[in-house]
Amino acid sequence: MTGQRALARHSLAVARRNLVQVKNDPGQLLAATLTPVLFTVVFLYVLGGAISGGQAGYQQYLMPGIMAQTVTVASIATGIGLNLDFGSGVMDRFRSLPIARSAVLTGRILADACRLVLGQLVVLGFALVIGFRVQTGVLPAVGAVLLMSLYGIALCWIAAYVGLRIRSMQTVQTIGFLWLTPLQFASSIFAPASTMPDWLRVFVEVNPTSLVTDTCRGLLIGGPVAGSAAGALLWIAAMIAVFAPLAVREYRRRP
Amino acid sequence: MDTAIETVGLVKQFGDKRALDGVDLKVPAGTVLSLLGPNGAGKTTVVRILATLTRPDGGRATVCGNDVVREADLVRRLIGLTGQYASVDENISGWENLYLVGRLTDLPRRRARARADELLEQFGLTAAAKQLPRSYSGGMRRKLDLAASLVGEPRVLYLDEPTTGLDPRSRNALWAAVRARVATGTTVLLTTQYMEEAEALADSVVVMDNGRVIEAGTTDQLRARVGGKVLHIRPTRAADLAQVLRALAGAGLAGASLDAGAGLVRMPIAGDAELTTAVGALASSALPIAGIDTHVPSLDEVFLSLTGAQPAGSGDAAQVRA
Repeated sequence: MTGQRALARHSLAVARRNLVQVKNDPGQLLAATLTPVLFTVVFLYVLGGAISGGQAGYQQYLMPGIMAQTVTVASIATGIGLNLDFGSGVMDRFRSLPIARSAVLTGRILADACRLVLGQLVVLGFALVIGFRVQTGVLPAVGAVLLMSLYGIALCWIAAYVGLRIRSMQTVQTIGFLWLTPLQFASSIFAPASTMPDWLRVFVEVNPTSLVTDTCRGLLIGGPVAGSAAGALLWIAAMIAVFAPLAVREYRRRP
Repeated sequence: MDTAIETVGLVKQFGDKRALDGVDLKVPAGTVLSLLGPNGAGKTTVVRILATLTRPDGGRATVCGNDVVREADLVRRLIGLTGQYASVDENISGWENLYLVGRLTDLPRRRARARADELLEQFGLTAAAKQLPRSYSGGMRRKLDLAASLVGEPRVLYLDEPTTGLDPRSRNALWAAVRARVATGTTVLLTTQYMEEAEALADSVVVMDNGRVIEAGTTDQLRARVGGKVLHIRPTRAADLAQVLRALAGAGLAGASLDAGAGLVRMPIAGDAELTTAVGALASSALPIAGIDTHVPSLDEVFLSLTGAQPAGSGDAAQVRA
């Protein structure tokens, strides 16, 4: 039995455990599914008229953004889940078993990836119901969902690091909220960067959320994607390359 | 006999506090060793080091010859851990808890399923298999925790205060489960605050205080050193206390002491002969006696005897109990 295969098997076992947890307490999914619906109502119906003079055009612009917003909100759960695990005795059980230490982390991320994809499908379904139209095709739409989920996974690794680094659950939640706010709002989720002042535009244009959102917009309603897709993938790779090892190191360090 | 667990000069420092200050232990394979001591004695730290959860700052520890730091993965294949606070996942069912551990100890799916069913049956939890441990009683939770630590058929089992807070029936059930496990040749390291628990399960006992081993031996040796059992005699009239004392002294029994507050006379007894003499002396004195019973020394009394001081925080427990 090679180490890699054992790691995969153990990660799957932990992922199953985390998904069974969700099955037993579906309320966990509420935040990730209801938040985007609320934001759609606020931005499309309350502010849409003021932002772009009507709902019809803005809807096509906004809904890919709401998908991005969904993954950023959903990523907080990774940090909270790991933090809770450490607060209970269950981590002692895991750490006294002959499994790779990273299996608990990769298992968690794997389960969260399933959660992210599910969230994306729910939001996309909701968007279609209220009148959003995919103007490209099935394959580009699948690509959009996958890219969003991949970005979500990168965010989950950061959340995992925060959840392990910080002991208090409240602080984990607060920090998650704090760093995700500029990532969500100083982006092209709700309005194009070109409408913003120069100093802000500099940030918005390099914000990975903007790059991912713009790519998905292209994939769903048409338009150029090559430039933003390259930037988005680069960001995702860099985030995972930096924060996955940091999270694993933090996991090992916890007494 | 093979040595299953060995520690040599184990040291652990937490900030300013020296949690372990040179602990030497040796547990022969197939035996039960009980670590006895008050809160903060360092018992849990020893278990956590032996379970590869905490690294020692000095000394070394081996499980079946494998170093707990350098060969942690080999050690993890040999051990099962039942923690002080039941380490089960509250958010998945009892069955899922056992299945998860089965998969993580590399049992094939079908075998992991069968093992989960088997253990639930063995611990009388089959009816609660699908429920979340949140809805379990304290005793059921501990049983599930013990079952989880047995999934991988460990050769060495750690039980960290397994019955603290349990009612007597649940405690007895857990003890029976541990005995059944020991009968199959498993080595057990048990930490407890209860002398009674050590006596019920352990072949030998190590008493710890302030991160050090202060006494070691079999339960009988330990009890002999502490002075065997203690006889409590309660005369009907408190005014007769001194008379009782005199009657015992007249029969050649020394060491009795008077506890006016509790209204009784205490006397350490070394064996059955002394007990017989004492009862005879009381009978011929014809003093009215309301109660007479023997007590195994409580942990407090063991500590009084071994350290000459009351363990911190235990107060007057011995007095109140009498």
